[in-house]
Amino acid sequence: MNKNSGNASFFAKLKAWPLLLPVVSLILVMAVNIIHDAATGINPLSFFIITLNETTNSGSILYGRIIDILNRGSEVAILALGMTLVVSSSAGTDISVGSVMSLAASFCCMLLAGYGVSSTNELAVPLVVGVLGAFLMGALCGVFNGTLVAYLQIQPMVATLILYSAARAIGLLLCNDLIVYVRNPSFAYFGSFTGPIPTPIIIAAVCIAIVALMLSKTSLGMYIQSVGINSKASRIAGLNSKRIIFMTYVICGLFAGVAGLVNSSRITSADSNNVGLYYEMDAILAVALGGNSLGGGKFNLAGSIIGAYTIQAITTTLYALGVSTDQAPVFKAIIVILIVAIQSAPLRAYFRKRSAAKALAGREAAKA
Amino acid sequence: MEDNVVLTARGITMTFPGVRALNGVDFTLRKGEIHALMGENGAGKSTLIKCLTGINDFEAGEMHVAGIDGPVKNHSTRDAQNVGISTVYQEVNLCPNLSVAENIFIGREPLTKLHTIDRSSYNKRSQKIMDDLGISVDVTQNLENYSLAIQQMVAIARAVDMDCKVLILDEPTSSLDEEEVEKLFKLMLMLKDKGVGIVFVTHFLEQVYAVCDRITVLRNGTLVGEYPVEELPRVKLVAAMMGKDLDDLAEIKGESIDLSNAEMEIEAQGISHTGTVKPFDLKIHKGEVIGVGGLLGSGRSELARSIYGADRASTGTLKVKDKEVNIKEPIDAMNLGMGMLPDDRKAEGIIGDLTIRENIILALQAKTGMFKKLSKAKQIEIADRYIDLLSIKAPSPETLIKQLSGGNQQKVILARWLATDPDFLILDEPTRGIDIGTNTEIQKLILKLAGEGKSIMFISSEIAEMVRTCNRMVIMRDGEKVNEVDGEITEERVMHAIAGGDAS
Amino acid sequence: MNEKVKSAKKLNSNTLLLLITIGLFIVLYVAGCAAYSSKGFAHLQTFLNILITNAGLICIACGLTVVMLTAGIDISVGSLVAMDCMMLAVGMEKGMGAVPMCILVLLVGLAFGLVQGYLIGYLEIQPFIVTMAGMFFGRGMTAVICTDQVSIKESTNATFYQWANAKIIIPFGGYLNKKGAYMAPFIRVTVIVAIVVLILVFLMLRYTKFGRALYAIGGSEQSATMMGLNVKRVKMMAYVLSSFLCSIGGICYCLNTMAGSVRAALGLEMDAISSAVIGGTLLTGGVGNVIGTFFGVLINGTISSIVKSNGKLASSWPNILTAALLFLFIVIQSIFAALRTRKK
Repeated sequence: MNKNSGNASFFAKLKAWPLLLPVVSLILVMAVNIIHDAATGINPLSFFIITLNETTNSGSILYGRIIDILNRGSEVAILALGMTLVVSSSAGTDISVGSVMSLAASFCCMLLAGYGVSSTNELAVPLVVGVLGAFLMGALCGVFNGTLVAYLQIQPMVATLILYSAARAIGLLLCNDLIVYVRNPSFAYFGSFTGPIPTPIIIAAVCIAIVALMLSKTSLGMYIQSVGINSKASRIAGLNSKRIIFMTYVICGLFAGVAGLVNSSRITSADSNNVGLYYEMDAILAVALGGNSLGGGKFNLAGSIIGAYTIQAITTTLYALGVSTDQAPVFKAIIVILIVAIQSAPLRAYFRKRSAAKALAGREAAKA
Repeated sequence: MEDNVVLTARGITMTFPGVRALNGVDFTLRKGEIHALMGENGAGKSTLIKCLTGINDFEAGEMHVAGIDGPVKNHSTRDAQNVGISTVYQEVNLCPNLSVAENIFIGREPLTKLHTIDRSSYNKRSQKIMDDLGISVDVTQNLENYSLAIQQMVAIARAVDMDCKVLILDEPTSSLDEEEVEKLFKLMLMLKDKGVGIVFVTHFLEQVYAVCDRITVLRNGTLVGEYPVEELPRVKLVAAMMGKDLDDLAEIKGESIDLSNAEMEIEAQGISHTGTVKPFDLKIHKGEVIGVGGLLGSGRSELARSIYGADRASTGTLKVKDKEVNIKEPIDAMNLGMGMLPDDRKAEGIIGDLTIRENIILALQAKTGMFKKLSKAKQIEIADRYIDLLSIKAPSPETLIKQLSGGNQQKVILARWLATDPDFLILDEPTRGIDIGTNTEIQKLILKLAGEGKSIMFISSEIAEMVRTCNRMVIMRDGEKVNEVDGEITEERVMHAIAGGDAS
Repeated sequence: MNEKVKSAKKLNSNTLLLLITIGLFIVLYVAGCAAYSSKGFAHLQTFLNILITNAGLICIACGLTVVMLTAGIDISVGSLVAMDCMMLAVGMEKGMGAVPMCILVLLVGLAFGLVQGYLIGYLEIQPFIVTMAGMFFGRGMTAVICTDQVSIKESTNATFYQWANAKIIIPFGGYLNKKGAYMAPFIRVTVIVAIVVLILVFLMLRYTKFGRALYAIGGSEQSATMMGLNVKRVKMMAYVLSSFLCSIGGICYCLNTMAGSVRAALGLEMDAISSAVIGGTLLTGGVGNVIGTFFGVLINGTISSIVKSNGKLASSWPNILTAALLFLFIVIQSIFAALRTRKK
């Protein structure tokens, strides 16, 4: 009897654990990998194996599927940080992040190469100018979005639709309709290796650390959640709801700039049409997969980060299963729908009703 | 069912999480009568109406409608309309972007042979309906072009044209001016003659006595009684609505101290808020508890909100401690040492998904600023202190506030303000919907705070509470100060002041 | 009680928005004629070409207008068009007839809309999330069908080729070219389809119960429920209609491009949404009609034509200008909305 109740409370605790959804999804993806490896006759644990390989141009580097996922998932993880805050404060999503990434990358490369230059080996300005340029451009886009959402009270998705469509085009304009190549090792650094570790992993870790620090050392986290849960009550309690919403969009834009830098550094170029393509979807999916409600309010940053890497794991797995880059969105779309459908109010009410009916039936059966 | 009865409800019970909103309420509506449903906020009027119209599913009880065999239980407004119950709400539930005629006919438009809607036919019919009701409008114009009064009439016209037996008017007059109210009354009397049973919810006493035949009074979710209008004079009605159960508080009242020479805390001059508060002067001394009385909709909450900056005052100047100030946002008021506990706890008070600790320190944190985060230890210390002081019943400070009962939630919000150590605290209905024990504690607390030199503005629907705690009372009606009661405050004096008119 | 319509309000803000749109179109077009008359901008054919190029967009934008009237949005349309084009191209390459393929495409559109509509109407999931998933699903499915670019040639399907190339001559407004030959202005089948769709949707919105219910839901969903409308079903049907019209638009689009590709119609949803918004459809729902949307499409088309006529402007200018117009109209709308609430 006692043991029974212990079990029940364990399950209740598990059910209430905020990281349940992302962790379960991650485990599922790993399981698929292991089964697939075993079925195709590879060492089933090859998913977890990390080795140190010698390469000709980067020295010895870490190699393995987990490293690959962490590396490739950096941009989405960085975007997910800002997206989590935006979703929490405004109950809406910033769909412009992918395009803003592209714009920031274009601006950065334009600065580094000089306007109208399509390919360069020498930097036209110091690297730091280009990097700050990317950050600034991202933050600027955030200011634009934030102004529309917080001060003009336009629905977030609609407000960010403007940059979603315009940012890429503006980037193309900055690059004079060209794909700008910056073939300089100092620029390529952000997308390559620091010692044996891929630099994007480090950048993502730094971004995560900064946000974590910001949330623990200031009361921003509580402000954002408070505004997201009940903006009227927050205002009465002395918070400036509008300014807080505005800030989350600026932060989100800034991180889109960082992600754009990493993404274009990987390919040492600014390809306006392809940098950051579909990333907004992954970032939103990361937030949802992290167990955060897209209706705003409480957020869980760790969940979003795990969510981001889970998505990369899904993508990597799909590729391993032979699904092409273009086809992968089908599966992601299905996952999104499943997640939001589970969270939807009518379905929850339905399940609640059913379990209540079951309990009632059980009680009546016990009586009889 | 008797012949002339169109609707009976017996033993209607409805609970919301933590609150019993209705407790076995009976209600009877007869053919061709106008029946007032009275009660203060939280008495259960709206809940009862929502149960009758299918918005809420009542848990226990039975409802019968004339012409229908067996008990009726509505699950949606459409069900209610099908059995002949139509409702017109305070906020007009019509579509402003459609024409008047469309609003009357939408969902049941007459069709042509081609199965397209027959515009000219329903435009003509709408015009006739409106003309018959004596309202001259161009029915092809969009609804948003007309005043709220006309919109209200259109809503009634829609209900009437749907052949309703029962018409529920839920505070239809709160945004109408006198002339418009007259029009509405004429319409109601016309419908009454046609045999429609009308349920009329209002908080304007004059209006009840102007048109109603019968009054049902609710209080705290229970039925107080049903009275023919001539047997229930104003003062008795107010007494029935507000309740007079004297509890252990009788001896709380401290001796009245003359504070007229004390330092001035707040001095408002000509404060007004368009549409709700007419220019208003108010002086509050240090250590004074000032009660603002009046019925719901008298402008008492709006006055408080205009002072605090929750709503921007339209006119007037405000002095705090003899210094003229400009308050734009609540945070400005907070920095001047104010705090406000709003009347709608759920919408403007609690941050449901945050913990008790976070809810308590929120205002203090907002005041100290984002970059000066209170340490976790400090937060816990503050939370524990107030949980203790106000005896908040909760498993732990980390419990989500939404899981607490109404009374404990209210105490948490109170704690939030006490933590900021305000000089002037506005308490708007702090005791609404909470149990009698907590109620007593809150009143004692008010007296204690005043003793510490804090000034308090206390707004309540319960006269007894205010009589016990206030040094002075301001009575409001229709957004105006109609009376000030000081010296010996008694319930009778206050009730007379609130009821107004030739109360006898 | 007297009639309380204030004379100033007779010209309400919604009509004003439509007038701004039509005025903007005329100004743009006249400016184009003045600047590029040497390049033949003033010929009737330039205008007809705008119609021909945007026939598909007209159908799609009509669908979006329907959805936006309910305060919803559908961003899956671009992908759905890509999927339609790919289905047509691959299907006909495999030897299917033009008519059965078109019917199949329309059926797929219905099914697509049904799923999206159910999720939005009955499960109450935000339209944006659902249609975003739809957008990725459609784009992905296009790649699942075929990852290459597939062209439709005369040899692939003669009937379809004939539809695409049939000229319908307009008996007036022609001009003599440099060689002195009379160039009769013409349109294509797709323009007729688009005009028919436009008229039908216009009539549906104005004269059917369903059409008025869309407006009612957009005006106030709560009121619509209170007045006994079946809000869930109407919302679902709006998305079904949107996807269906999008499929018709997809066929028109395919008749223009004669190819299927994974990257076809990228960003088309944006053009459709901006057309509707520029045409005076409020994003908050309840206001707008397809005539405005039609002019919105024409404005977008005119901007593209001007940029093309100029020849020197970067290809991204139409995108930027459209987004700028969208921004402008969204801000105007929000100002109108603020004014309206302040009045109350």
